[in-house]
Amino acid sequence: MTWARANSDRLVDLMLQHLWLSVVPVVVGFLLALPIGWWASRFARPRAVLLAAGGILYTLPSLPLLVIIPGLIGTSFLDPINVAIVLTLYALALFVRIVADAFAQVSAEVLDSATASGYSWWQRFGGVELPLAGPVLLAGVRVASVSTVSLVTVGALVGVSNLGSLFTEGFQRDFRTEITVGIVLVVILALVLDAVWVLLGRLLMPWTRLRGAG
Amino acid sequence: MSVFSEAFDWLSTSTNWHGPDGVPHRVLEHLGYTALTVVIASAIAIPLGLWIGHTGRLRGLAIAVTGALRALPTLGLLTLVVLWRGIGLTPPIAALVVLAIPPLLAGAYAGVESVDRRTVDAARGIGMTEWQVLTRVEVPLSLSLLLGGLRSAVLQVVATATVAAYIGLGGLGRYLLDGIAVRDYPQMLGGSLVVVVLALLLDGAFALLQRLSPT
Amino acid sequence: MKLNRTLGVLSAAALALSLAACGGDPTDTSSGSDSGSTSSSKSIVVGSAAFGESEILAEVYAQALKAKGVDASTKLDIGAREAYIGAIKDGTIDLIPEYTGNLLLYFDQNATATAPADVESALQGALPDGLAVLDPAPGEDKDSLNVTSEFAQKNGVASIADLAKIKGLKVAANPEFKTRAYGLPGMDKIYGIKDVSFTAISDGGGPATLKALTSGQVDVADIYSTTPSITQNKLVTLEDPKNLIAAQNVVPLIRDDAQSDEVKSTLAAVSEKLTTDALLELNTAFAADSKPTAADVAKDWLQKNGLV
Repeated sequence: MTWARANSDRLVDLMLQHLWLSVVPVVVGFLLALPIGWWASRFARPRAVLLAAGGILYTLPSLPLLVIIPGLIGTSFLDPINVAIVLTLYALALFVRIVADAFAQVSAEVLDSATASGYSWWQRFGGVELPLAGPVLLAGVRVASVSTVSLVTVGALVGVSNLGSLFTEGFQRDFRTEITVGIVLVVILALVLDAVWVLLGRLLMPWTRLRGAG
Repeated sequence: MSVFSEAFDWLSTSTNWHGPDGVPHRVLEHLGYTALTVVIASAIAIPLGLWIGHTGRLRGLAIAVTGALRALPTLGLLTLVVLWRGIGLTPPIAALVVLAIPPLLAGAYAGVESVDRRTVDAARGIGMTEWQVLTRVEVPLSLSLLLGGLRSAVLQVVATATVAAYIGLGGLGRYLLDGIAVRDYPQMLGGSLVVVVLALLLDGAFALLQRLSPT
Repeated sequence: MKLNRTLGVLSAAALALSLAACGGDPTDTSSGSDSGSTSSSKSIVVGSAAFGESEILAEVYAQALKAKGVDASTKLDIGAREAYIGAIKDGTIDLIPEYTGNLLLYFDQNATATAPADVESALQGALPDGLAVLDPAPGEDKDSLNVTSEFAQKNGVASIADLAKIKGLKVAANPEFKTRAYGLPGMDKIYGIKDVSFTAISDGGGPATLKALTSGQVDVADIYSTTPSITQNKLVTLEDPKNLIAAQNVVPLIRDDAQSDEVKSTLAAVSEKLTTDALLELNTAFAADSKPTAADVAKDWLQKNGLV
C-alpha cells in the first residue's frame, strides 16, 4: 500500500486512460450494433450470417489484431486508437447477438397494434420497440462493459499505457504488489462503470426499477 | 493483403503439419488445456450454480461475484501466478479457470431458475425429495441454458488458451508468440486462423447439441 | 470477411471523430517537458522498450538533454522492437536507446557479425533512410547462457563448449532463440550441441525464466548479461570462446531530423560513461526493494557522474 500511495498520481493517470479506452469501444460498439442487430432480428438470413461473423470476430486473438490493424488503416503503431478499434470490434461482435435477441423477443402483435394505432416507423421504433428491448440491451451493455475493461489490459503488450502496464512492469520487476494493485483497480473500475450503466438504465427506463437489476 | 496470402501459404506448407511443432499436435495441446480448464471450472461452478438456482440463496452474491470475476484480467492473473508458482501448467490453467467460471455459473443458476415453479411444486407434491426434484426435474429442464453456459465458457477458453505459450507451454499460442518474436506475420496470422476455425467447429458442435437437447 | 472489413473502416471513422472531439492525447506520459521553451532546436521525444533497462536509459538520455536546455520529453514502455521502430519511423518518437546486435538483426535478418566493431559497421550499412545511430557506449547487455553453480560444479561446465557433452540438455529462452543464429542453430553449428529440449518463455530472461532455472526445470537459461538476478542467485554465466553471441553495445538510435550538435555531444558524453558495470548498477538500483521509478534511478546516476 505504501507503493500505491507513493505512485498515486501515476495510478490515477493510468485509470483515466483505462477508463476512456473502455468507454469509447462500448458506446461506439453499441451504437453500431443497434441498427445491425435490429436488421438481424427482422430477417433470418442476415441474422445467420451476422451472428456467424460476430462469432468469428470474437474468437480472433487480440494480440495479432493489435499488430495487424495499424498496417491496415495506417495509424501509428503506438496509437491508442488501435486498441480502441480492436475493442470496438469485440464489443460490436458481442452486441450484434444481444441486440438481435433483444429485438427478437418484442412480440410481433405488439408491433402490429402499434402500427394499427397509427404510429410511424420511427415512433414505433423509439416509443415501443426500443423501450421493450431496453432491459435486455442494458444487460448486454453491462456484460460488454465488464469484459472490455478487462480486455483493455492487453493493450499494454503493444505499448498503449493503461492499468495493464502495471502487469507487464510488475512482472519484469518481480513485484507482486504492483500486479495486485493493477488487478484490484481493474475490478474497481469495472464495478464502478457497471454501477453507472445500471443508474443510467434506471434514469432512461424508470419502469424497470421495481423489478430490480439482474 | 499479401500477409493473408502468405498466411495461407504457411497453412498449406506440409512441414507445418508434422511433428511436435505441427498444427495437429498444437491443436491437440490446445484442446487439452481447454478440456482441463473446462472440467475444473465445471466441477466448481456447476454444482454451485445448481445449488443457488435450486435454493434461491446467495443469488445476489453470485451475480456480484460473476461480475467481478469477469472483470479479472487474464494477463494480470497469469503474471501474478507465474511469479508465485513459477512456470508450468498451473498459472495458465488457473487464469483460464477464472475466465470459464462466470458463464458456467450463470448458465447453471439461470437454467434452474427458468424452470416453471409450478412444475417444481408438482414434483414436490408427488413426494419427490429435494435431490430428486433437482436431478430429475430441474437439471433436465434447464439443460439448454446449462449447455449455453458451457458453450460460451468453451469458446472463451479456446480463444484465450493462447496465453499458455507465454510461459513455455504449447498450444496454438506458440504460433503467435514464436511469430511475434521473429516478426513472422504469416505464422501469426496462420495460427490465429487455426484458432478461429477451431472455435467455429466447437461452436457448431454445441449448436447441434443444444438443438438435440429437450426444451 | 468483406463485411467485417467494412465495419472496421466504419468504426475507425467513427472513432476518429469521437477522439478528435476529446482533444489532446491522454496517453502522453511526457515527464514534464518545458512547454513554451524558447529553445530554437526542435523538441525531442525519447522512447523506450517495455523493460526496465530501456526505460532507465531513456530517462538518462532525456534528463541529460533537458539539463543542456533541449526540450526533451519521454514516451516510455512502448513494447517490442517492431512497435517502437514503427514509432521512430513515423516520428512519434525521435530517439530511443538501442542495442547494436539486435538492432542489426532487426534490419538484416541474415546478419552474421558478432564482434563489437563488425556489428557496428554492419549496422551503419543496414539502417533505413532517416534513421542513424550515434557512437555506441562501451557497455553491453547481451544474451548470456547461465547455469546454477550446483549444475556447473556437478557437470564441470564453465563454457558453452562444455555443454556438448551433456545428453538431453534443457534450455529456456525467448522464443526467437529457437530460430536465430545465436540460438539453437548456432549452438549446434558452432559448438556441436545437439538434441536440446527447448522451453520458450516470453519474458526476456525475467523472473519466469529464472525460476525455471533455479527450480531445476531447465539446465541452462538465456538471461540478459546485466540482469541483477545473475549475481543475486550466484548463477554461472558460461563463457563464449567462439563468439556465438553477437555484441550488444548500448547505442542511441535517432531520427536524422533530431540530430543537432547539442544533442549529439550530450549523448556522446552519456554513452562514454555507460559501461557494462554502469548498466548493472542502474538495473540493481531499479530492482531495489523500494521499487524506485526509472526517472529517479536515472537522476541519481546522472548526478553521480556529473552529467547534470
